[in-house]
Amino acid sequence: MHTQSIAELAQGLRKGDYSSKELTQHYLQRIEQLDGNYNSFISVTAEQALQQAAQADLRLAKGDTPMLCGIPIAHKDIFCTQGTRTSCGSKMLDNFIPPYDATVIKHFQQAGSVSLGKTNMDEFAMGSSNESSFYGLVKNPWKMECVPGGSSGGPAAAVAAQLAPAATGTDTGGSIRQPAALCGLTGLKPTYGRVSRYGMIAFASSLDQGGPMGRSAQDAALLLNVMAGFDPQDSTCIDKPVPDYSLTLNDSIEGLRIGLPKEYFGEGLDSDIQKAVEQAIKVYETLGASIKEISLPHTELAIPAYYVIAPAEASANLSRFDGVRYGYRCDNPQDLNDLYSRSRAEGFGDEVKRRILIGAYALSAGYYDAYYKKAQCIRRLIKNDFISAFEQVDVIMGPTTPSPAFKLGEKSNDPVTMYLEDIYTISVNLAGLPGLSIPAGLTEGKPIGLQLIGNYFEEAKLLNIAHRYQQESDWHQQTPPAAHKQNSEV
Amino acid sequence: MAVDRSDIEKIATLARIKLDENSIPEITSSICDILALVDKMQLVKTDDIEPMAHPLDAIQRLRCDKVTEEDQREAFQQIAPQTEDGLYLVPKVIE
Repeated sequence: MHTQSIAELAQGLRKGDYSSKELTQHYLQRIEQLDGNYNSFISVTAEQALQQAAQADLRLAKGDTPMLCGIPIAHKDIFCTQGTRTSCGSKMLDNFIPPYDATVIKHFQQAGSVSLGKTNMDEFAMGSSNESSFYGLVKNPWKMECVPGGSSGGPAAAVAAQLAPAATGTDTGGSIRQPAALCGLTGLKPTYGRVSRYGMIAFASSLDQGGPMGRSAQDAALLLNVMAGFDPQDSTCIDKPVPDYSLTLNDSIEGLRIGLPKEYFGEGLDSDIQKAVEQAIKVYETLGASIKEISLPHTELAIPAYYVIAPAEASANLSRFDGVRYGYRCDNPQDLNDLYSRSRAEGFGDEVKRRILIGAYALSAGYYDAYYKKAQCIRRLIKNDFISAFEQVDVIMGPTTPSPAFKLGEKSNDPVTMYLEDIYTISVNLAGLPGLSIPAGLTEGKPIGLQLIGNYFEEAKLLNIAHRYQQESDWHQQTPPAAHKQNSEV
Repeated sequence: MAVDRSDIEKIATLARIKLDENSIPEITSSICDILALVDKMQLVKTDDIEPMAHPLDAIQRLRCDKVTEEDQREAFQQIAPQTEDGLYLVPKVIE
């Protein structure tokens, strides 16, 4: 069952090949037996999953059910789940049981989907390797000595190891696309405002966006159908109709104009990744697309601008964690200030503290114009680069990451080197555009991601372009060698 | 712009994060590295550029001034570290 796509699982449920309860039990069993290897889940909600599966079976028996009814999904532990701990990978929220559900979670519940549990992640989504989680690091199912990427490393590892058919993730600077690339998945960061951020624990509010991670564009489309939509409870959510993303997957891409930004193919790019991207572009040419070199001249300013904007917003967002109303509180506080500063010192990990300090510095008196305002101006220059590019081309393509999955521990002591990992993904968040990563090859047994960047609200077109490639290639169907061995066991 | 130990201590106070004495040199040096990365922004002139706060330049939506949320104090206080009579308890602030 775990080798099937969501569309196949949905059909299996409707034909009565298995019930949602059996399907859920199967995945729960796989998690129990195999996740000790990967550490991709923080909490497994077996009892609740089986209850949801039983309800889904009743709905399925009545017919006329949404596509995801009875399908098990894993949720990144950043989405608030009423009654189930939501830790955001932090000691600060180790005891936090939200009194409400995130809008995204509600949408999945309404669709009848089953939640298997909450997946691991970098603490407060700050990281590119999933090594900063309070609950321990996550291993890449393709290469156990390597990182799965981050911050959505847990969802990526869970789906790659076939412990869940698909998962939700969030992306502030590449946190869906980079782990998707490193784990051989299809991951989509939608346009800013397409998916509600209500109940999604905030990191950098002007950049954060939730999205799907799955094994194909087809699966990602089914998830996005459920996730996207206007929410009055998120003041930045855009009130715009949501198309059925599955309907246009097979549309012809004859005449598609693909832009290749010259800045994405320069120094620092792994030569195997470059070759794989060029190969993928050739496939698109055979499908009738034309190629044009373009320029996104402010690309190299994206990381500097991001490391002002994201920490500045994080320092403001994370000021709510003060040990008073919920979350971690230190023992024996001497006075109110000691309660705040020691609860935060003990509750946050090193990377989170570092970013709060940078953000507090950038926003402090006398520095605001030099840092935050300057970064916001650069943000507009980056957006303008994309706007000019989309006057000439329909989609932008390039690598998702400069290198394949790196070794655990390799970059964890050097923040600046870790930050450069997101060089191709960060501009997309700054501009608020949709971006998608799809598997496009392997190098030394490690997956390679091809990034597709679309114009605002063109998720349907991106999924269509990705799906057409996946009809011509089988990279997305490859599974980690470890999974082959395990498939015979469970 | 480089920062020194006293800057880090000041920011930590502002951010209400108690720093371990021994960790200050390392934090100072990693923040200096990050600020050096960030300072590349200064290479570009942005005098005529409007700062961008929202990718779609959306403006804040307003809602009717009506009560929409129910009182959920008890539910919220269930997860609080310390409460009494519906109040959050903290160390004494005023002697």
